Amino acid sequence: MKRSISLLTFAGAAVGAAAPASAADLSVNFDIPRLTVAEYHAPFVSIWIENPTDAAAPSQTLAVWYKPNHEKWLKDMRQWWRKAGREMTFPADGISGATHAPGPQKVTFSAAKAPLKDLKPGQYVLVVEAAREAGGHETVRVPFTWGKPGKPATAKGASELGAVTVAVK
Amino acid sequence: MGLKTRLLAVVALGAAAIAPVTAQAARNWVMPSTTTLSGSNAWVTFDAASSDELYFPDLRPLALTSIQVIASDGAADQVQNGSQGKFRSTFDVQVNKPGTWKVASVSTMVMASWTENGEVKRFRGTGEDFAKQVPAGAADLKTIRNVSRNETFVTRDKPTREALKPTGKDLEMVPVTHPSDVVATEPATFQLLLNGKPAAGVEVTVMRGYDHWATKPVGEITTKTGPDGAFKVTLPQAGLWWISASLRTGETGRPPEGPRPAPAPGAMPGMPGMAGGEGGRGGPPQALAGDGYGASYTAVIEAQQP
Repeated sequence: MKRSISLLTFAGAAVGAAAPASAADLSVNFDIPRLTVAEYHAPFVSIWIENPTDAAAPSQTLAVWYKPNHEKWLKDMRQWWRKAGREMTFPADGISGATHAPGPQKVTFSAAKAPLKDLKPGQYVLVVEAAREAGGHETVRVPFTWGKPGKPATAKGASELGAVTVAVK
Repeated sequence: MGLKTRLLAVVALGAAAIAPVTAQAARNWVMPSTTTLSGSNAWVTFDAASSDELYFPDLRPLALTSIQVIASDGAADQVQNGSQGKFRSTFDVQVNKPGTWKVASVSTMVMASWTENGEVKRFRGTGEDFAKQVPAGAADLKTIRNVSRNETFVTRDKPTREALKPTGKDLEMVPVTHPSDVVATEPATFQLLLNGKPAAGVEVTVMRGYDHWATKPVGEITTKTGPDGAFKVTLPQAGLWWISASLRTGETGRPPEGPRPAPAPGAMPGMPGMAGGEGGRGGPPQALAGDGYGASYTAVIEAQQP
């Protein structure tokens, strides 16, 4: 995945009110904890958006981090796989990329690009799911409002994920 | 017996007829190593057995020759690396086409009696052997057919429905809720068919299995199919679940209820319906009292995490 953390985006967020609502970007910060285990592999991670008010609405995948040619284990991100992944083709241009080393993760998704550019204003849930080879599996959900800049919301993981903070800027 | 009569008989016999079948406790299952696959190099390994406890093989294998593989496009495929052991069969399937595949063990056992030169003859064996060994047009022919279908489903990438189509023969289940969309704590709907028509009023048992080390088993869920043959079940937790239903009409081939002659010292305790039936307990072979039909169905499905 091409990470679109640009200085411009942050500059725009800092100005706040000056940015039109539709230009709000979605910023996701979360932690992949360093685990002391005999066999450690960086987790496969998927980041997607659920629409809690419309169960029939398809989930929108923002990012998938996995090892190249290891599509066999994509399904281990079980919830994402059932809700979105199994409908996709991999590698997915602009969405999939390599796994990340543990530590703080900072990603921003541009409101000018799919799928956010077609996302109607409203209440959504951002989900981060991590599945580690020979390790655990965890999903963290953070509700957020799309359409205008708002206060960051945070939810905490217990094992495979640290705190996940979502902000519309 | 015509289909209509048979269906009526099934409804009339109801639970009373089904109870002895489940009381045997031998549970048939075809279990996949995974139900969900991604990527192009997809293989699944399967175990197929009949056991007392679910997924702990301790009785007999389901014969390798009974295994049918239906690929996602509806074409028949083959098992690989098959091995039939003392307690279970094991085999692999290469899921080389995306979509949903069905893997089933399907077998027919026939008991028959007929008259040849004034003597009563008996047969007990597979449907294939019956066709070979029992003369066509035999006099006084009576048969009791028992058909067993045991299924499971695996899906690579996007779920499809072609392989889920019923054959229209015997007892089958149509997953109204796609097997890949069965989620713990959410209701799922299935439909039972008998010869392609809705099987109404059939008792269905759903079990979790893996109770071997549990101090308190999860227990079983029982329900009944409605007039449209459908039943709805909400599985309380994620994991593999075993769905089972059976029905019976006409003769069972089992000895009548009531006092039985004491077995000879050292003899095996009476095994109902075993080789020779009534004739197996000493005396000359006896004719079956009439025709009979039994059908049983099982499926192993996964309830996914919500």
